[in-house]
Formats: sequence, structure tokens, C-alpha cells
Amino acid sequence: MKLNTNSNVYTIVYASVMVVIVAFCLAFISDLLRPIQEANVANDKRSQILAALNIRDVEDVQAAYDRVLVKDMVVAADGRVLTERGGFEVESKAIQAKDDSEKRLPVYVCAVEQDTLYVVPLYGRGLWGGLWGYLALKNDFRTVYGAYMSHESETAGLGARITERGFQELFVGKQAFADSTFQTVTLGVKKKVENPAAEVDAITGATLTSNGVDEMFKTSLAPYQKFFIANQD
Amino acid sequence: MSLFSSANKEVLTGPLNLNNPVVTQVLGICSALAVTSQLEPAIVMGLSVTVITAFANVIISLLRNTVPNRIRIIVQLVVVATLVTIVSQVLKAFAYDVSVQLSVYVGLIITNCILMGRLEAFAMMNGPWESFLDGVGSGLGYAWILVAVGFVRELLGSASLLGYEIPFLSDCAFFHNGMMTMPAMALIILGCVIWAHRAINKE
Repeated sequence: MKLNTNSNVYTIVYASVMVVIVAFCLAFISDLLRPIQEANVANDKRSQILAALNIRDVEDVQAAYDRVLVKDMVVAADGRVLTERGGFEVESKAIQAKDDSEKRLPVYVCAVEQDTLYVVPLYGRGLWGGLWGYLALKNDFRTVYGAYMSHESETAGLGARITERGFQELFVGKQAFADSTFQTVTLGVKKKVENPAAEVDAITGATLTSNGVDEMFKTSLAPYQKFFIANQD
Repeated sequence: MSLFSSANKEVLTGPLNLNNPVVTQVLGICSALAVTSQLEPAIVMGLSVTVITAFANVIISLLRNTVPNRIRIIVQLVVVATLVTIVSQVLKAFAYDVSVQLSVYVGLIITNCILMGRLEAFAMMNGPWESFLDGVGSGLGYAWILVAVGFVRELLGSASLLGYEIPFLSDCAFFHNGMMTMPAMALIILGCVIWAHRAINKE
């Protein structure tokens, strides 16, 4: 008997069976590979944190990270330390929460050589999409030790240059805050640098990305004010 | 019938040269421009497309007598989309850096005209083995153009190949030509490749 491949019933049954098989296949593969993919994402995040500490191009990211990390705290916007561990798992949504009381802010306490350094995550918006990065501060919470940033989809050759090492190293040694009240974030990216101790030249042709980075510092560092006040020497 | 009869050889090698999907049929240009600023993503993209075309061709060829005619394009799309998703997941698991660089373009393989073109024009009418060869041939035809453009762009744009800096050239400012890293130059290089290809093959 030859099936009539043009009948309605055949078409519908064919489509349904196909969809079920495909769905099963994809679910199986996604389940199989998820642990490896998550490990990759986590490792990428570790390498970004290391880049903020000026440790770049390491072979074994996990080992290097374990070596420098002392603890990954979670602090609240009122300055309390919520937990000593688990900052790594905080989702970006919780970091960027609109309401201050809902904010969960990770602080990675790291030891590089003899210094204790504090790495905080940065989140902002560039011209075309999101920006993010990490900023390492010395133990006065004001002097920048290193910075790392990346982007979703900034213009290649212009805004995308924020990922270049040369640009990121400009921030080393800058003053992130005006004074020890941590009221004003001074760290910035400006077209016309007026305060060379805290500001970096914007990238020509990438004004909006540069403004985005500037804004990212302001919004990402401000919530840490009370934590910094409470913990400064 | 031998596996590599002359007809089959023609199916495999045709797309590499005279019947090349990119330079002759001018298909798949969009992704050819987007992922060729460096050699490594170009190679990975070329291989991904080769694998997907080959297997999609085989699957469609096996199913060709059962596919209801009215939904054949949908069936082809589902097969391609499934394979693309699998490849994209595998890349995320085993070549994370490259998958970040390729970003959306792996997903966009679904819309690569080469795939649908081969499925509709070849796999629906030929046996699995011929279809497999056709898929591999078309994929490689696409891949070598990508690699050629990627080679030129990475060499002239960042004085490196596969991410390794070339010591002597990198001192020379000409080899850090920012234009090369932009899609516009990819189009011009691709144009040069097509020009050269047509000049060599007069027909």
C-alpha cells in the first residue's frame, strides 16, 4: 500500500511526530551539555575578575582564581555583610535591583602579593547594548588597582576599543572617589579631562560608549558607599 | 555503482570551484562578511556550515519520499534548525571563546541560503550518499572562501594569524589597518576573490 503523502491526516501526523522527536533530541542534548557550558561561563567570569586584578592570559583560570581569592562576600546597600561566601553566584539582576534594600552586592576580596584588593562588578549601558566589567580597588577603597570591561555589541574599532588592554590600563592608579565619605564617584571617562587624578580621556568617535562607561562607574560604585565607609581603616 | 564514481566526484568538487556557492551563486554573503575579521572564527564557521549542510542533506534525502509536499520547506527548516541548535550547543560547551566571537551568527546559519538551496535543489531528489557529498562540497566551497577572506583580513588588520602575532610584520603600521577589521573591507576582498575566480574560469 502506498501512503498518500499529500493527505491532511498524514501531514498533521508527520508534523506532530517530527516536532516530538526534535524536541526530545534537543532537550537531551541541552541536558547533556549544560554542566560543561555552565563551567565555561563561570570560568569566563573568573578570568574577567582576574583581568581586573591585572592578571591576564593565564592558562589555568580556576587555579589562579583560587590562589588570589580570599572570600567573595555579599553586602547590602546599607553596608552590612550578608554572607562571606557566595558573591560569585549573585545574579546581575540582584546587583542592579532598582530598590536599594533589594540590592545584593558582591565584593571579591583578593590577595595579590601583599595587597588586599577589593573587586566589584560594574554594569552599564553603551551605545548599542550592555556594558559590564570589574573594578579592583586598593584597601583604601579609593585607588583603582585595575579595571576590566567588555560589551555586548559596541561598534568595532570605536566603542569596542574599551575591551583593549591599553584603554583599561589607563584607569590604574585613578581615584575612584573624591574623599573618604565616598559621596561622589569621581572615576570617569571625559572628553575634556579636568581632574587627571580620576578621569580618563574618552575614545574619539565613541562618545556614547565613553559616556556609558562613565555612567557605569557612577551607578555601579555608588551603592557600595556605606560598605566602604564601614570598612575603611 | 562505486562510491566515488565520476558523477559523485563532480558532486563533491563542483561547489569547490566552478559551482561555488559564494563566488558563483553569491549565496551566504552576510555571514561571510560578519565572521571573517579573524581566521579562527572563519574556520569554525566554515566547518559548522559544512557539518550542518552535510547532515541536513543526508537527513532530508532519507526522508525525501515521506515528506508531505505541502510542508516540505517547514520540514527542511526544522531539520536545519535542529542541527544548528545542536552545533551551537556543542560550540558553547567545547569552544566557548569561539562561540562568543561568532555570537548570533551560529544561529543565523539557519537562514544561510546555501543550506535551504542545497536541500531543496539536491537532497529532495538524490540519495543519501550523493547528498552527503553535495553537502560536504557546498560547505567546503563556502568554507574556503571564508578562510581566504579571513586570512587576508587578519593578516592586514591585526598582523596575526589564528591569534598568533607575526613578529616582523607587527612592527609595520600598514599591518594594523583598521579598515580591514570592518565589514566593508570584507565585501571588497570578497569582490576581489570573485574577480580573480571569474578571470581564471572564463566560462
